Amino acid sequence: MIELKDIYKIYSDGDSEIRALDGVSLFVDKGEFVAIVGSSGSGKSTCMNIVGCLDIPTSGKYFLNGNDVSELSEKELAHIRNRELGFVFQQYNLIPKLNVLENVELPLLYKGVKAKERKQMAMMALERVGLADRANKFPSQLSGGQQQRVSIARALAGNPPVILADEPTGALDSKTGKEVLEFLKQLNSEGTTVVLITHDNDIAAQIKRVVRIHDGKIVSDETKEGN
Amino acid sequence: MNLKQAFSLALKSLSGSKMRAILTMLGIIIGVAAVIIIVSLVNGVTSDLVAQFEKMGSTTINVSIMGRGGNRSVSIDDMQDLVNDNPKLLKAMSPSITLNGATTKNGSLNVNPATLAGVNEYYADIKGHEILYGRGLQYADSEYRLRNCVIGTYVANELFGSKNAIGQSLKINGITFDVVGVIDETADSKEASADDIVLIPYTMAQKITSGFSRGTYIFNAASKEVSSEAQSLIEDYLFKVFASENAYRVSNMSEMIDTINEMTGTMSLMLACIAGVSLLVGGIGIMNIMLVSVTERTREIGIRKSLGATPWDIMSQFVVEAITVSCLGGLIGIALGIIGSYGVGAIMDMKAVISFVSIFISFTVSALIGIAFGYFPAKKAARLNPIDALRYD
Ligand SMILES: Nc1ncnc2c1ncn2[C@@H]1O[C@H](COP(=O)(O)OP(=O)(O)OP(=O)(O)O)[C@@H](O)[C@H]1O
Ligand SMILES: [Mg+2]
Repeated sequence: MIELKDIYKIYSDGDSEIRALDGVSLFVDKGEFVAIVGSSGSGKSTCMNIVGCLDIPTSGKYFLNGNDVSELSEKELAHIRNRELGFVFQQYNLIPKLNVLENVELPLLYKGVKAKERKQMAMMALERVGLADRANKFPSQLSGGQQQRVSIARALAGNPPVILADEPTGALDSKTGKEVLEFLKQLNSEGTTVVLITHDNDIAAQIKRVVRIHDGKIVSDETKEGN
Repeated sequence: MNLKQAFSLALKSLSGSKMRAILTMLGIIIGVAAVIIIVSLVNGVTSDLVAQFEKMGSTTINVSIMGRGGNRSVSIDDMQDLVNDNPKLLKAMSPSITLNGATTKNGSLNVNPATLAGVNEYYADIKGHEILYGRGLQYADSEYRLRNCVIGTYVANELFGSKNAIGQSLKINGITFDVVGVIDETADSKEASADDIVLIPYTMAQKITSGFSRGTYIFNAASKEVSSEAQSLIEDYLFKVFASENAYRVSNMSEMIDTINEMTGTMSLMLACIAGVSLLVGGIGIMNIMLVSVTERTREIGIRKSLGATPWDIMSQFVVEAITVSCLGGLIGIALGIIGSYGVGAIMDMKAVISFVSIFISFTVSALIGIAFGYFPAKKAARLNPIDALRYD
C-alpha cells in the first residue's frame, strides 16, 4: 500500500547539493512492521516525511493505496494525513497551550468528529497509552516519556491504518523505550501498518523487517523468518 | 472544523494574550467610538437647528419686495387679497416692516432689538408666539394706529427689569409706545435671540419709515404639504405684477431646513471620514499583530497541518481570530462611543443624538476590517508547507 519509486530529495545550497534521498524505492504492504535504520543524517526522517505526505520529493513517484500522491491537492493531502496516517514525531510536537486531551482530540477535530464523541475517542486513546489520568494536564507538566505517549495517543486516536513513528524512543530511557516498542508491536498485531525509524540496533533486532539506509540509499532490506 | 470551533479557538488564543488583544483592539475601539461620537454630536446640532427652524414654522413663507421702479408695486391689501382668494393654500399674512437701527428706550435704559418690526394681528400666529403677559397686537392697533407694542422677554428684562412690563411705556425713535404684551421666551431671553424683539402695529411703522415701498411680508401656508404650492402661487402673482424675477424674493422655511440638513450632513460625513481613517489605522494594527501571531505559531500551524488541517481550516482559524478581535473592539467602541457621546455632549453643552446608522456602519466596517486585514496573514499561514512549518523555530 505504501510504494516509493525511485525517490530523490535533493537540497541544493548554492553550488553544493545534498542528496538526502538518492534513488529510494520501497514497498510496504498492509499490516507490515518495518524498521528503518541508519546513521544520523542518512535520510531516514526525509524518507518518513515524504511517506507522511509532509514533504514533496524532488523526483520520483509515491503511491499511497495506489494513488499518485503528487497529483493530490493540498486539501486531499490534508485528508490523507488526517485519515490514513498517524505520525509520531521524534520531538513529540504537542501544542503547548492545549492540554493533553485537546492535543489528542486535534486529528478528530479536523476529521469533523462531534465534540462528545471526540472526547470519548481521545480518552480511549489516552487510556491505551495509560495516561487517562493526565488528560487535563498541559504538555509542559509531563515527562518526556509521557509526552511521547501522548503523541502516540494522538496518532492513533482516529484509528488510522498506518502509523509512522520517527524515533519515538530516541529521547527515552531504554525501559520506557521498550514499553513504547511493545505498544507499537501490539498495534501492529491488531492490523495497523507500522513504519518505525530507529538507530538503536537492539530495537531493530526485534522487528521482522529492517530497511537500512546509508547516504540516502537503501543498502539492505531484510525480512526475518518467523518472529 | 466548523465556524463555532474556529470561534472558540480564537477566543482561547485571545484570552491567552489579553494585553496584546486589548492593544490590538485599541485602534478599532478608538476609531468606532470617534465615528459614533462625532456623528451623534453633529446629529444633535442638526436636530436642534431643524427644531428651531421648524418652530418658526416650515409653513412660513418670507417675501421681500425690492421693486423695480415705475408704477409697478404691490400693496398690503393686494397681499391680503391673495390670502383671502386662496384659503386652500394660504392661511394668513402679515407685513413685516423692519425699522433698522431704531433704538428702543426707557429713560436711560436702551436696547437695539434684533427684530423691531411693524406687523399686523396675524404675525404672532404665523410665528407661533405665545403671549406670556397682556395681549398680542390686534386689528384695532393697526387700524387706528395705536401706539401699542408687544415685546420679547429679553427687551422686557433689559428695560423694565423685574417690574411688570405691561402698562409701561418705551420710546422708539422718540415716539412713545405702551407695552400691551410680553411674548413668552423661546431662546433663554438672550440678546440677539428670538426674545430680543419689539413689535408695533405696521401702520405705525409705515408712518415712522414714511411710506412702505420696499417691504417684507410673511405668509403662512395652509399646511406643510401645500407650502411649496403656496410659494409658487405668490411667486406667480409677483411675477405678474413686476414682470421680473429680480424684483422680489420668496423663500420657504422648509427649503432652509433642507439646506441645513444638507450642510450638516456633509459636515458629519467629512468628520466621520476623518474618524474612519483611525479605523483604517486600527485595521493595519490588526494585520500587524496577526502577522506576528502567524510567525509565532508557525510550528503550531505545522503540527495542525501534519494532523490533517486543510488550508481552509488554518485560514478560517486566523480569519475568525482577526474578526473576533475587530468585532470585539467594535462592540467596545460602540459602548464607549455611546457613553462618550453623552459625556462629551454634557461637557460641551451639546445635545447628542445617537445615530443607529453610524453604529451599524462602524460595526460593519470594523468586521470588514477584520476580514480584510486578517485575510492576508491567514492566507500566509494556510500556504505554509507542513514540513517547513514544523522545522521552524
Ligand atoms: N531542510 C533541509 N535543508 C538542507 N538540508 C537538509 C534539510 N533537511 C535535511 N537535510 C539534510 O538531509 C540529510 C538527511 O537528513 P535527515 O533529517 O533525513 O537525517 P536522519 O537520517 O533523519 O538523521 P537523524 O538520525 O539525525 O535524525 C542530512 O544531511 C541533512 O543535513
Ligand atoms: Mg531524523
